[in-house]
Amino acid sequence: MILQCAVLFAFLAIGEFIVYCTDIPIPSSIIGMLLLTVSLKLRIIRLFWVDKMADFLVKNLGFFFVPAGVGLMRCLGLISEQWLPIVAASVISTFLIIAVTGWMHQVVRRSLSPSHNRQIKG
Amino acid sequence: MEFLSNKIFLIALTFTVFLASRLLQRRTGISMLNPILVSIITLITILMCCGVDYETYKEGGDYIEFWLKPAVVALGVPLYRQLENIKKQILPLILAELAGCVTGIVSVVVIAELLGATKEVVLSLAPKAVTTPIAMEISSAVGGLPPLTAAVVVCTGIFGGMAGFHMVKISRIKSPIATGLSIGTAAHAVGTAAVMERGERYGAFSSLGLILNGLLTALLSPLILALLGYSV
Repeated sequence: MILQCAVLFAFLAIGEFIVYCTDIPIPSSIIGMLLLTVSLKLRIIRLFWVDKMADFLVKNLGFFFVPAGVGLMRCLGLISEQWLPIVAASVISTFLIIAVTGWMHQVVRRSLSPSHNRQIKG
Repeated sequence: MEFLSNKIFLIALTFTVFLASRLLQRRTGISMLNPILVSIITLITILMCCGVDYETYKEGGDYIEFWLKPAVVALGVPLYRQLENIKKQILPLILAELAGCVTGIVSVVVIAELLGATKEVVLSLAPKAVTTPIAMEISSAVGGLPPLTAAVVVCTGIFGGMAGFHMVKISRIKSPIATGLSIGTAAHAVGTAAVMERGERYGAFSSLGLILNGLLTALLSPLILALLGYSV
């Protein structure tokens, strides 16, 4: 478990360091995640060094959100004043994202697959 | 009552409330009783009844929230496991994510603005589809209110997780890949947790959706907000 944590925190630290040096507006955790994927692919890091801790954290991701959600009590005033735009915009936007992402994926995939098949046959 | 402000007690309380909420959903089988949502409402009620303010709760809560960052790094593992599948359809995935990301930011900003939200609320809503640590950083970068963003992000995730499959059905999305991808794009990790229960394949593409949308939103939201007339 120490090795597993060491790897994850090392990548997080590298992410923090890159943000510190370059000031880019990308969260350190996202940079760490991408570097971890690349390192796994290049076999700098072996999967069994990180998989147990990683699977545990990913599986319980929802729980780690609870304190942030409790933060809702800090902005109850703002939400009660502007609840309509906040709720309506979030709900409609969520629906639009699901529809557009799903449609786009299906359409592009369908339009690509005939030519792909021809290539295989040819 | 003084003891209620004890950090360790507040952490233990959070674990216990979450455990009880999860048990409640499993026993009743009602999917509406999302354990995250039930935990948040229960905790807020307990804290308010006992007169504990958020700043005090946060001293304990921070120890739990701390794990969000390493957990996001950990998403690199499922991403690595899916690399082969991703390579096979890189173009559909990227185009779908781009479309979803732009749709998400533009729609939430335009609708909130039309309904009369103030500027800082609009900016707080812009990154609402992506996972909390990313959304909060974007929010503070563009001039929103990170606590409001966090709250809206969590609620969006819960809503997307509960209603996502109905929305997919209404939108006539049929492939499991597109289903997982779109729910992950709209409802990040919380949606992914709900989708995971339907099967690994849905879950894998849902986590891909949350990762790609998190990245794209972090990269594109300052630009899109500028184009919509918000100086950030």
